[in-house]
Amino acid sequence: MADLRNDFVGIKSPNPFWLASAPPTDKEYNVVRAFKAGWGGVVWKTLGLDPHIVNVGGPRYGAIWGADRRLLGLNNIELITDRPLDVNLQEIKSVKRAWPDRALVTSLMVPCEEPCWEDILRQVEDTECDGVELNFGCPHGMSERGMGAAVGQVPEYIEMVTRWAKANTRMPVIVKLTPNITDVRYPARAAKAGGADAVSLINTISSIVSVDLDQMAPQPTIDGKGTHGGYCGPAVKPIALNMVASIARDPETADIPISGIGGVTTWRDAAEFITLGAGNVQVCTAAMTYGFKIIEELVEGLEQWMDTAGHANLDSIHGRAVPNVTEWQYLNLNYTTKARIDQDSCIKCGRCHIACEDTSHQAITNLVDGERRFEVIDEECVGCNLCVNVCPVENCITMEQIPAGDLDKRTGQDVPSEYGNWTMHPNNPMSDAAE
Amino acid sequence: MVDRYLEDGIIEGRLDDDAYEQNFADAYPPLDKHEALVAADRCYFCYDAPCVTACPTAIDIPKFIRQISTGNVDGSARTIFEQNILGGMCARVCPTETLCEQACVRETAEGKPVQIGLLQRHATDHAMRNDRQYFARAEDTGKSIAVVGAGPAGLACAHRLAMKGHKVVLHDANPKAGGLNEYGIATYKSVDQFAQHEVDYVTSIGGIEIVNDSRLGEQLSIDGLLEQHDAVFLGIGLGGVNALGVEGDGDEAVASAVDFIADLRQADRFAKVPVGRRVLVIGGGMTAIDVATQARLLGAQDVTIAYRRGRENMNASHVEQNQSSSKGVNIRHWMMPVEVTKTGSGALEVKMEFTELSGGKLKGTGKFQTIEVDQLFTAIGQTLASGDAIGSIAVEGGRISVDDEFRTSNPSVWAGGDCVAAGEDLTVTAVAQGRDAAESIHAALSA
Repeated sequence: MADLRNDFVGIKSPNPFWLASAPPTDKEYNVVRAFKAGWGGVVWKTLGLDPHIVNVGGPRYGAIWGADRRLLGLNNIELITDRPLDVNLQEIKSVKRAWPDRALVTSLMVPCEEPCWEDILRQVEDTECDGVELNFGCPHGMSERGMGAAVGQVPEYIEMVTRWAKANTRMPVIVKLTPNITDVRYPARAAKAGGADAVSLINTISSIVSVDLDQMAPQPTIDGKGTHGGYCGPAVKPIALNMVASIARDPETADIPISGIGGVTTWRDAAEFITLGAGNVQVCTAAMTYGFKIIEELVEGLEQWMDTAGHANLDSIHGRAVPNVTEWQYLNLNYTTKARIDQDSCIKCGRCHIACEDTSHQAITNLVDGERRFEVIDEECVGCNLCVNVCPVENCITMEQIPAGDLDKRTGQDVPSEYGNWTMHPNNPMSDAAE
Repeated sequence: MVDRYLEDGIIEGRLDDDAYEQNFADAYPPLDKHEALVAADRCYFCYDAPCVTACPTAIDIPKFIRQISTGNVDGSARTIFEQNILGGMCARVCPTETLCEQACVRETAEGKPVQIGLLQRHATDHAMRNDRQYFARAEDTGKSIAVVGAGPAGLACAHRLAMKGHKVVLHDANPKAGGLNEYGIATYKSVDQFAQHEVDYVTSIGGIEIVNDSRLGEQLSIDGLLEQHDAVFLGIGLGGVNALGVEGDGDEAVASAVDFIADLRQADRFAKVPVGRRVLVIGGGMTAIDVATQARLLGAQDVTIAYRRGRENMNASHVEQNQSSSKGVNIRHWMMPVEVTKTGSGALEVKMEFTELSGGKLKGTGKFQTIEVDQLFTAIGQTLASGDAIGSIAVEGGRISVDDEFRTSNPSVWAGGDCVAAGEDLTVTAVAQGRDAAESIHAALSA
């Protein structure tokens, strides 16, 4: 059985699945339930200075759904913990004592003044928790008060506050990054420059999830008004994966540990984050949708896959896909594929045809000899993969590589055997070949 | 109650009222909003969708389902009614398992089609319950058309003609409009007087005058109608019933399935409809299934359908057959009646001969079995009623001959529905034919 034990900046947990700082980790009651269910660790919901903040009394969440009302994206306007600091600290201490083998990291957000950080870090250290996570990500509410994303969007502030934190605690410091920036490498570099032990990302994405067309107001709607919230859930995973990979690939930050966050719902999502450079993952929306029991599928699924694929432990998959993330200009333009439709599994819905016909390359038939039949027209197929993505039957349409030396009926040329990218292409005014 | 259940003879009140209520409740209860959304989510929005091709009225099914899934149920109903103004009844009675749902790609994929019929009912019920009217009469054309027969074909024809601005007089031989929707459909498929609600809904477009108890060959003649109107549409159905043609079939215990179904539909109390303890139904179509199933639901203890050919030859769909079997009807194949005799106790002895195919032809085997029953129903097909005076209009195979626009041999007379020699004998086919005939009439009168 694959070994899922995780060591993230010296914080040990029995598996790499932590609950992210969020409503599921706001109280001892919830966290104990999570640990009983099998979660490897938690990042306690963000603490602030007293007097504690207050939340809206109306709805805090909005959502988008897929078929059968499957929750795909969740938007929230909840703030950091709305319980007194002392209550949280006592509970953190109690939980850590009772669950010494689980990771317990405390998320923090206080004003940008060093004494504030010094003060709260001293108190958190007394709980004997495993580390702190600096919340530089919250895009709503707290950012208006100069905290959260207001810090995370300014690399200089990130570096400054991180430096204060490191100066005032012996605990590992994880800096949580906001995706609401143009290039995530800059805040990551700033965290590293400030001495961060690790970064975690992504926090939620600024969003208006929907509009109530009766009230003519954003949802969730509070007394006729709405505000932007933070977006998370399966819908944000691709954005998070790209940001994690960007930091993992950046020579300046390649060595900083990353806690991957953003839409992790299944073991496969977690494996993907880890192969793109995450040392562990944090989960929230999936737990908020299905409850803590999903940890069983996450752990068992990851173990099963690692066993089948022959990966003994997390180190053996960590960052494995990073070398294969490249820039578009280095993709091999001589690599040629064509769609292939398996007629036995085709259910004849015609979606591949109409997608290709209306919006792409007119490369799929709808009638052959007067019969409803969907076949790829190699002379037109550019190998774009749209048909694969719209087909409702998995593996009914696949992309087949045309071997080097074989004719590409679309171009009328044989597929070249050599690697050739854009930097070498004659159409590129700046290509090596053109010089 | 149990005493009556086991009593021989053709008697009323075999069950208590609660049992009747339960037995004749909506056969396929409607989807609520949540169920409809879940069902609608399964539609793949196919290109050139096979379900549309399979629908005789060519309703844009992917579009109406997508409209349900986006919360636009009104728009969904409009999409349905644009092609099929009797979409409400068709949602109840269409053999979807041999039409749209058989063609559904999810039937191919998973053996579980999208519930198109129930989704159509969801949308049309919503529209009719809230009296949403989507169509208005065009400006009056001054033209007048007589539509004979207020069944599915006649109603669809009348509605489309009214849309075009023509005046329609809709004659029907029965005291109520609706045709087979009112008189010919199993009770549990059309509960709560739905057929009459639908007649009201369809005719509320205006410009349609309904004249009941008005029968061709009695109150009406084609020549007389043509004197008063610019065109005539015949949607007169098949009023005649084929007889068994065996010795003894004139007995009073030998009844027409069609009449029994009609009487049951018009009955104000199920307990007042007499039925035998032992019932035999001869036939293999939907009528045979409907009468047998309803006889069981009325309390007949032992109901058998006997069909002279095999299961695969039955016109009733497999779903209908299974539904009937699930209600306790015994379906037997490869046997035909050859003689009916009355016993001293008043029962009927039906002598059945086993049949087989020989050189592609059905023939008796010379082996027999006698079945004793209280009541025998014939459901072996219908014909144009002999009294339907269609004059010199050409007929083929016992039905009115029509071209692809449903014109008869008389240039001023169109026809559609079961009475014509075209298409399957389905409500939805009749609707399509009535609608298309109206378009042809409109084109002819506008020329």
